[in-house]
Amino acid sequence: MLIARVIGEVVATRKHPSHEDRKALLVQPLHLDGSPWGNILVALDAVGAGVGDRVLVTTEGYSSFSSVGRGISPIDAAVLGVIDEIELLPGTVPAPALNNEQPGAEPD
Amino acid sequence: MQLGKVIGCVWATVKNANLQGERLLLVQPVNHRGKPFGRAIVCTDVTGSAGAGELVYWVRGREAAHAYRPREVTADQTIVAIVDELHVEEDGDA
Repeated sequence: MLIARVIGEVVATRKHPSHEDRKALLVQPLHLDGSPWGNILVALDAVGAGVGDRVLVTTEGYSSFSSVGRGISPIDAAVLGVIDEIELLPGTVPAPALNNEQPGAEPD
Repeated sequence: MQLGKVIGCVWATVKNANLQGERLLLVQPVNHRGKPFGRAIVCTDVTGSAGAGELVYWVRGREAAHAYRPREVTADQTIVAIVDELHVEEDGDA
């Protein structure tokens, strides 16, 4: 899962039926220091998250469609939780992301 | 899912039987400000109505083929929604 910030919502009327009645959120993946990492994703909401929330995002298909209460569906990202707090061991310095690393991207 | 803009289409007369009848659209990934990034990709379109210049979002990987169930379509990136509008918080930079 990724740590991300909800930065907006997507409104779409023409869409696959499995996406009906589920909020589509724009999420920006974050580094542990809160700075943005990589490109934004569209994730369906499984928990009632809103704009500004720091959330947990899965970018795996099965976790995504099952968490939003769907059977096998074309859904590859979902918001699974709203983060209250992240506790890091004192003195921990998070490793930087690799240059070619992209959240939710297909491997080249 | 990822946001993108339809920038064209691809015609291929010879293609896998499971792709027959599917439109192949060229999609440029964009961010929430509409700014393009990365390379354009070729998507099928399960909505059947995405047109040039429209903002869409698509799924990638195995889930792209799930969009067509119970048909077997050999798609790895499929447009699943046409975006009407984005509501982005004012300081939603990044």
